[in-house]
Amino acid sequence: MTFSPELEARFAKMLESYPPGRTRSAVVPMLLYAQDEVGHISHELIEEVARRCKVTPLQVDEVVGYYSMLHKKPQGKVHVQVCTNISCLIDGGEELFQHASKTLGIGNKETTPDGQFSLEEVECIGACSWAPAIQMNYDFHHHVTPEKLDKLIDELRRKQ
Amino acid sequence: MSDINLTIDGQAVKAAPGTLVINAAKQVGIEIPSFCYYDGLQSVAACRMCLVEIEKTPKLQVACTTPVAEGMVVRTESPTVREARKGTIEFLLTNHPLDCPVCDKGGECELQDMTFRYGAGESRFVEQKLHVDEQQWSPVVFFDAPRCILCYRCVRVCDEGMGVNALGVINRGAHAEIAPNHFDHLECDECGMCIDICPVGALTSGMYRYKTRPWEMHHVGTICTHCSNGCKTTLGVRNNQIIRGNNRDQSGINGEFLCIKGRYAFDFVHSPERLQSPMLRKNGALEPVSWAEALSAVAQKLKEVKARGGKFAVIGSNHTTNEENYYLQKFAREALGTASIDHHRTGDVPTLLDALSGKTGALATTDDLYNRKAILVIGSDLSQQHPFLAFQIRANYRHHNAHIYTVTAGPVREQKQAVRSIMTIPGQELEDVESLRDQLKAEPELVIVFGDAIKGDGVHKLVAFGDSLGIPVKYVCLVDYSNSRGASDMGLSPRLGPGYRPVSEPGLAYDEILAAADLDVFWVVGANPLKQNALASEKAFVVVNEMFLTETALRADVVFPAASAYEKNGTVTNVCGEVQRLKAGLQVMGTKPDLEIIGLVSKEMGINIGIWTHDKVFDEIRTSVHGYNIPLPIVASGGAAQTTPVNGHVPASSRPDLIQSSRDTLFTSGSLGRYSKTLSSVLEAPGGLYSGERP
Amino acid sequence: MLYNDPHPLEVKIVTKRFGLPNSASLDTYLATDGFKAFFKAMEMTPEQIIEEVKLSALRGRGGAGFPAGLKWSFVPRNSPLPKYVIINADESEPGTCKDRLLMENDPHQLLEGILIAGRAIGAHKGYIYIRGEYRYLIEAMDRAISEAYARGYLGKNIQDTGFDFDIYTHSGAGAYECGEETALLDSIEGKRGIPRMKPPFPAVVGAWQAPTLINNVETLSAVPAIIRDGAAAFAALGPPKNGGTRMICLSGHINKPGVYELPVGFNLLRMIYEVGGGMRNGKKLKAVVPGGSSCPLLKAEECDIPMDFDTLAKVKSMLGSGGTVVLDEDTCMVRFALRIMKFYAHESCGWCIPCREGTTWLKKMLQRFHDGGGQKSDIPLIGELSKNMLGRTFCALGDAAAMPTISIVEKFPEDFEAHLNGRPCPYAHAAEPVFA
Repeated sequence: MTFSPELEARFAKMLESYPPGRTRSAVVPMLLYAQDEVGHISHELIEEVARRCKVTPLQVDEVVGYYSMLHKKPQGKVHVQVCTNISCLIDGGEELFQHASKTLGIGNKETTPDGQFSLEEVECIGACSWAPAIQMNYDFHHHVTPEKLDKLIDELRRKQ
Repeated sequence: MSDINLTIDGQAVKAAPGTLVINAAKQVGIEIPSFCYYDGLQSVAACRMCLVEIEKTPKLQVACTTPVAEGMVVRTESPTVREARKGTIEFLLTNHPLDCPVCDKGGECELQDMTFRYGAGESRFVEQKLHVDEQQWSPVVFFDAPRCILCYRCVRVCDEGMGVNALGVINRGAHAEIAPNHFDHLECDECGMCIDICPVGALTSGMYRYKTRPWEMHHVGTICTHCSNGCKTTLGVRNNQIIRGNNRDQSGINGEFLCIKGRYAFDFVHSPERLQSPMLRKNGALEPVSWAEALSAVAQKLKEVKARGGKFAVIGSNHTTNEENYYLQKFAREALGTASIDHHRTGDVPTLLDALSGKTGALATTDDLYNRKAILVIGSDLSQQHPFLAFQIRANYRHHNAHIYTVTAGPVREQKQAVRSIMTIPGQELEDVESLRDQLKAEPELVIVFGDAIKGDGVHKLVAFGDSLGIPVKYVCLVDYSNSRGASDMGLSPRLGPGYRPVSEPGLAYDEILAAADLDVFWVVGANPLKQNALASEKAFVVVNEMFLTETALRADVVFPAASAYEKNGTVTNVCGEVQRLKAGLQVMGTKPDLEIIGLVSKEMGINIGIWTHDKVFDEIRTSVHGYNIPLPIVASGGAAQTTPVNGHVPASSRPDLIQSSRDTLFTSGSLGRYSKTLSSVLEAPGGLYSGERP
Repeated sequence: MLYNDPHPLEVKIVTKRFGLPNSASLDTYLATDGFKAFFKAMEMTPEQIIEEVKLSALRGRGGAGFPAGLKWSFVPRNSPLPKYVIINADESEPGTCKDRLLMENDPHQLLEGILIAGRAIGAHKGYIYIRGEYRYLIEAMDRAISEAYARGYLGKNIQDTGFDFDIYTHSGAGAYECGEETALLDSIEGKRGIPRMKPPFPAVVGAWQAPTLINNVETLSAVPAIIRDGAAAFAALGPPKNGGTRMICLSGHINKPGVYELPVGFNLLRMIYEVGGGMRNGKKLKAVVPGGSSCPLLKAEECDIPMDFDTLAKVKSMLGSGGTVVLDEDTCMVRFALRIMKFYAHESCGWCIPCREGTTWLKKMLQRFHDGGGQKSDIPLIGELSKNMLGRTFCALGDAAAMPTISIVEKFPEDFEAHLNGRPCPYAHAAEPVFA
């Protein structure tokens, strides 16, 4: 597999950042960055990362299922992650998640048929003092109300 | 360092520094329960069953990682400890399917036993259980995730024990499960070690699953009939059928180790192609006949040829027992009056014995491979050809940090642990070994394991090299099959009798027999020489003792259906010269052990060469074959006793040109392997040597 | 820049540059005492630096509160292996959102702290392990690191001191357990984040088998001030053995949630009613999570206490990681306990039986209970099962799940009673469960 020149450059730098012979250390970040570019983690990607980090595909597969940000199923272009952990919960995070589910017409860990959005209920994302919070891909949105969420989704829909 | 004193459940205990509490307790007969702790594998402290109370420590401690300390006071059965165990068992059972009535492991399941001893009488879990469908990973390995308790024994035995690393853990938390190395299937040694080590019914074998309840079988400890390593295998037999092979009681030289052959390749016994009636050539075709008719036909022919001074030749087996081999050569020499007897020679044992003339203790045991500080492997893909020896060496490396050296014609698994590996060109082995001289000299001791690349003069050179190192050196001359060594020791040789006694008038060797155009009678016992060679003598009357219609049997005039090693008693000698007992596990209708066949033919001929019961013949071997006067109780009780063969010059040339290993892999086993469905059904079969690491 | 309005009661040590224009830039940093501590440390021996950190009474800000100087002193100086400083920026403890601000608003302060730690333990490489969700902070730290390299504050012979040091960022990918320092080590080595057996401790056998110092972002961010202004000044801010300030992440039902830097030992009620602006809508205080979801909850009447490690331990809770979540009288404690348990069941690595099975069972039971399917016998069972995890798991995650649960079921039995008899949750804001 080949990736964009930017990503290839990142990987080259990444592999050099660890002590000699410790290329396995790059497995987790490499998977995450590759997923960002190709959408999800396929068997082919697992084998590719294994080759680059000089480990067995099984050693990569073990990692994929462990980290909750790594997905074997294709995600939407915009992955909507609603935090419902304690601080968000008591500030309406769960209701917000239900609202998102209704607005997008999908449940937890599902993707819209057009592949534009996917939804996930996530654990604490470190925005407790600005609850309830969501992440759309890597972008944080704080103090999110159902109305604000609808607006965000609308804007993104219009852009696509 | 001096012993450490501690108290466990009120008992004073002395233990070496570094001993884990769980093992210190075992020393005084206190069993601390555990699922994940496993002797010889790394501790993972995952199951939390071995929690014990240690005075002055606020929390319960895991006995499997806590080393003993001076003055330590341990309680293994206090109410707090029992409560903790009960809680852990209760947790374990929440997602366990509790399908004991249909589980293969039922009756010999550690989870059942622990629940029985420590568990609660009733469950408080009323929620929905997690379910994952059963998966088949290979013809021999099935995985039922809900039964799995995640003790990681399988992962560790595959990695540490086998050096294969085919199993891992995927997902997280309650969804974590064991996974194979190729997403949905395994590519590995197919040894089944993971299945055997599984304390519950999560990993089950394709051969055994849903076939029986364990208590319906009787368990017969015998020796695997495939390679020369001589692993003990415990056959689970029900209604004259072998249903399972394992070595769960860890008896024998191999402990719990078994490869695919020892564990699953017993199935040739029940092959539909198995011969179950003698056959006699009538009008050019082999036809089933009665034993009486076949025996009489052979005896008459033999008597007639003997009477007219005709020419006999015999080729014996690498799989038959010492008693059968001894009796066969005796029959050839005394009843038939011929010295033309041989077998397929797979390693140059006679020359090694000759080269070691005058030395004692220079032949390594399988245990030496685990305990000696340095091992040199020459010319063998040990993990493929001698899996138990490879297992011992790996364990030696892990447990004792042994120094391993390899000189091989291609990549081998042992390289991973080796301090130095040389890729050699066939024929150049000794030169490359020479380049290790300085490093080897610095070792305190050494075991040299060599394959058929070193033979004849090469063996003398190798021993001279060993002598020149100035350190104690022991040797293993690799041979192929379960009793290849015994065939050599028992005198299946035209120039050497039992115990390597020179014979006054040598007979024809293997190649000469096949090339002799004037051969009158050719008797082949448990061998298949005509697979690769033609028999020159067209007139020869051919008698074959066989289990299957092999290429050789097809040429026979009479075929006697032979019993397999699993159907007879006797002894075999493994690659390290360790003598062990075969115990009959079943009978296959219509067959007879070779010993009985030879005995019946000699009786039919009216010649008495002695009683043909295995114990009487073994008695004779013990008194007349040098080195076989081994302690009877050891062998009788299922142990292994190393022979101390001839210590003196072995005169006859070993005909190095005849020495040739069959180069079986983990998934082939000469002619026998062809009739094992398991061996041929796995994806990895037949495999190749020096193919290096599996993908 | 994410930052709330400061409060006059704050004592700004690690947040002193927050709110300055371009606070994340090296220029701003250098103009406001930046790297003074580094140059001072270069004049000190490693032993002196460690001694100074010990005297400051700085305790780990990640949650466990281990004395930082002592931890530094555990790294064997004579080891022939390379040594590493690893910065735990896997901030994942529910209720905690402070390291984020430190990296965003003042990344160079963290870099300087890393350099000083490196100097003290003899390391020349540092890795900042940042949780994967904080991608923008990985980028922010990378920018700061590039800037520091470009200006000679990282790399070979830093500012002609003869000291070499490299810093890299490393992204996690979503796993709370990787905040546990030994699980973090496995993770940075490219494996599943499974905690390691201790001993050996990371200080002796850490990342890549080498001696490793692992500190939280806030811990290392406090180091420049300690070295620059002296340990005594830092220690004096808090009660004995509890030096300095804490970044308290106030969230929940208060008027002014936000992250405030307060001296260790600041009174909890004052935090809520003065710093946090009091309870929202005039509601009554019901309970407080003092320092992240792992901590046993405090009832309203238990809250008049100074927030320091030792006092919290005395009331059988923990100061934790500074995530103070304030709950009002309308909060359903069953639902709250359920959400906590859901979190730990989701984040349990699965390695050991009690944590893996215990959290999952309790999650299911609490869900059923909250949905109205509870039975009276479930109430004691919740506490009992939690206690069956407590102290028996491989790492502290099992304890972290058990402790708040035990506290909730013991301190708020009336909330559980109210859910009985097949009634669904009696609290108005109860949401329908739509997810597994």
